[in-house]
Amino acid sequence: MQLESRAPGGPLQEKWDKHRFDLKLVNPANKRKFDIIVVGTGLAGGSAAATLAESGYNVKNFCIQDSPRRAHSIAAQGGINAAKNYPGDGDSIRRLFYDTIKGGDFRARESNVYRLAQISNEIIDQCTAQGVPFAREYGGMLANRSFGGAQVSRTFYARGQTGQQLLLGAYSALMRQVGAGNIEMFPRREVLDIIVVDGQARGIVVRNLITGEIESHAAHAVIMATGGYANTYYLSTNAMNSNVNAIWRAYKKGAFFANPCYVQIHPTCIPVHGTYQSKLTLMSESLRNDGRVWVPRKSGDKRNPNDIPESERDYYLERKYPSFGNLVPRDVASRNAKAQCDEGKGVGSTGLAVYLDFRDAIKRDGAEAIRKKYGNLFQMYERITAQDPYRTPMMIYPAIHYVMGGLWVDYNLMSTVPGLFVLGEANFSDHGANRLGASALMQGLADGYFVIPYTLGGYIAGSSLSDVNESHQAFKDSVKKQTEQINKLLSINGKRTVDDFHKQLGHVLWDNCGMARNDADMEKAKKMIPEIRDEFWQNVTVPGSAGDLNQSLERANRVADFLEFAELLVEDAISRRESCGCHFNVDFQTEEHEAKRDDENCSYVSAWEYNGEGKEPTLHKEPLEFENIELTQRSYK
Amino acid sequence: MSMNLNLTLKVWRQKNSNDKGHMETYEARDISTEMSFLEMLDVVNEKLALEGKEPIAFDNDCREGICGTCGAVVNGIAHGPQKATTLCQLHMRHFKDGDVIYIEPWRSKAFKVVKDLIVDRSAFDKIIQAGGYVSVNTGQAPEANNIPISPEKAELAMDAAACIGCGACVAACPNASAMLFVSAKISHLALLPQGKVEASERTLSMLRKMDELGFGNCSNERECEAVCPKEISIANIARFNREFIKANLGSTVE
Repeated sequence: MQLESRAPGGPLQEKWDKHRFDLKLVNPANKRKFDIIVVGTGLAGGSAAATLAESGYNVKNFCIQDSPRRAHSIAAQGGINAAKNYPGDGDSIRRLFYDTIKGGDFRARESNVYRLAQISNEIIDQCTAQGVPFAREYGGMLANRSFGGAQVSRTFYARGQTGQQLLLGAYSALMRQVGAGNIEMFPRREVLDIIVVDGQARGIVVRNLITGEIESHAAHAVIMATGGYANTYYLSTNAMNSNVNAIWRAYKKGAFFANPCYVQIHPTCIPVHGTYQSKLTLMSESLRNDGRVWVPRKSGDKRNPNDIPESERDYYLERKYPSFGNLVPRDVASRNAKAQCDEGKGVGSTGLAVYLDFRDAIKRDGAEAIRKKYGNLFQMYERITAQDPYRTPMMIYPAIHYVMGGLWVDYNLMSTVPGLFVLGEANFSDHGANRLGASALMQGLADGYFVIPYTLGGYIAGSSLSDVNESHQAFKDSVKKQTEQINKLLSINGKRTVDDFHKQLGHVLWDNCGMARNDADMEKAKKMIPEIRDEFWQNVTVPGSAGDLNQSLERANRVADFLEFAELLVEDAISRRESCGCHFNVDFQTEEHEAKRDDENCSYVSAWEYNGEGKEPTLHKEPLEFENIELTQRSYK
Repeated sequence: MSMNLNLTLKVWRQKNSNDKGHMETYEARDISTEMSFLEMLDVVNEKLALEGKEPIAFDNDCREGICGTCGAVVNGIAHGPQKATTLCQLHMRHFKDGDVIYIEPWRSKAFKVVKDLIVDRSAFDKIIQAGGYVSVNTGQAPEANNIPISPEKAELAMDAAACIGCGACVAACPNASAMLFVSAKISHLALLPQGKVEASERTLSMLRKMDELGFGNCSNERECEAVCPKEISIANIARFNREFIKANLGSTVE
């Protein structure tokens, strides 16, 4: 199968405009005849469901939480980028485009990223009109800050709760459409299968998490906005319920999985403190605007940080990257923290932490100014660690945070299964091998508010769709198969809990396919994962029953998929014979220990095709062509 | 410094919404003071699972205090004893060795118990559907800086918009009123020019929906404000009342 990106030709600036013109339209009066399933209610899913309903489609919207307002987009803190150039500091659509491509280490599609930068401004307009309370300047105009390695101030924010406010904006639009009867809402449902009929995605099979009933839902197209798979690593900053099920099951129905090894590790998280730990907490990297990262010069220095004199501190980011300093991109900041800890210079009880110090900022601006900027983050830190960052430096360590990989999509955000569209973090599209700060919210909303409403119409108008309803044999077969898997999980009655297996998988991945990877460890992981999986299916214990609210069963069903998906993640990491962005293989590095790309051989998107159980997947490569920018070695010196 | 605690838990167990439910006793051993409250429950649940018993069902997701999914009444207080803290952010260092901890679901006519500590809060979504939005379709928005808003107003609106919809306010109120939740949304939008156009309609419609769903009235007990993990102020209820009077008078005067 040939991968067709469907990126339009012509000048970069005109591609999206031309494409929108070329896409067929669905007559407004006809839209109500089309049922569209949207899975997920985060920024991408919520905004898509609301917008499609506004334009007249009949939408069914599903989420695993008790309410659409709880989707994990809500936890994003820092902000959302846009190329408004309100501060007049030299920003432009082109610069946002360039920064995003470069930040992604030249492993994203030019056409998609340029469109994202173009749309970014409309997102700010839309969210403001909804009543999102963005921060303001004294004159009442919108405020901006610089964020995560950007040299211009293009980030819009609502305190440290930007994700929450943007999500509540999308949620309010969604609720308005539910109230108007244009959307039927299905909370507490988990996707078990995607139904493909005549090669087209025509529905989903879900489990009702309250009654345990396995339900069938048919539609003319399916949109998935189910988030990322960071929880494959067990410990991550993702919400507890975030999982890979929906996109993994779509993969098994023919949707190619792209770049699964691109996993972002966020540099400013609260360090791990015990084996019982259930998740990690991220603190916005806006903290790096004023906090200075350091470790003691001497390894094993156990003194109280405030007792360590200036001359015995190593502000290693400022030393190594004089122009970017503490604001280097996430992957660079993360790897450097790991390197310091590997050298024995890590701090705290585990030695797996570095300091993030606000002493100088407080001296310069006063505690009040710092409180105004970061008060809620400091509070959160103190609540968790019982330490006061106004008096003693924070301790931070990198943690799995976001995934750039996801289902492969073309320029229309359609997967290799016609009629199955994938939005937001669940797709692979815009961030290449590393996502810049404040770009996830932008992408989710761009996909949902401003891309899918056009491209879905193009698909619907241009396809012939037969009559398919829930009584179709494909649904019946699927329900039977899914019921069997659930009964199997409940009948194993082994000796280990679901979480126990999940933790084991997480350790294997973090140790062998984490921040700095090498072939030997990855081969080891590749061997260990199937062993864990085999034991899981023989020795897991899942209490409770199928026809009931059963959280153990929910988790078991997710961990079963993590155990399959993890193998593909490692396989992908092994197959990429270069380092790029967040994928850092120690065999491929520059003399300065930075990721060394191989543009000649590795400038491609990996897209994996499922070939059936027990069979090796096939790697397809979508070549990346750069017509508008010159590839450079990223340097933040 | 981290220490280990031994605790006795008295937990509400209820199979489903038709079951009567009862308190059950569990021992929680070797609980590190560094754990969060939910991690403590995880430890208890792991043990139950290994014994082949059904773990305690409780809602949770982000475990960062922002999604609003978690919540239980701990020793009689919604979200437990720590001020301005969701249950997931409550840490065990606030308990003492030997403590007996009572854990119960939110209780209110409008929030049915689904199982154990899990309740049905869909009534909140229904209230938002009744008017908790600005009616602007995608694509209709004017250029963002055409709507100047003073930072003071934006901050006040943000204070109200910070509500996470957890439902603790309802659980704490002797009348099981949803006034704090509803007033937070009304205030957020009424404070902003974008929300002014529909303010009257929104106020009346959300209020009507709240009553219809079985929430009680506000009698100024202030229990809601005391337990709110986001410290939403009851000043929002005062603002809601003013909006209500304005809406009822049909006045369009600012």
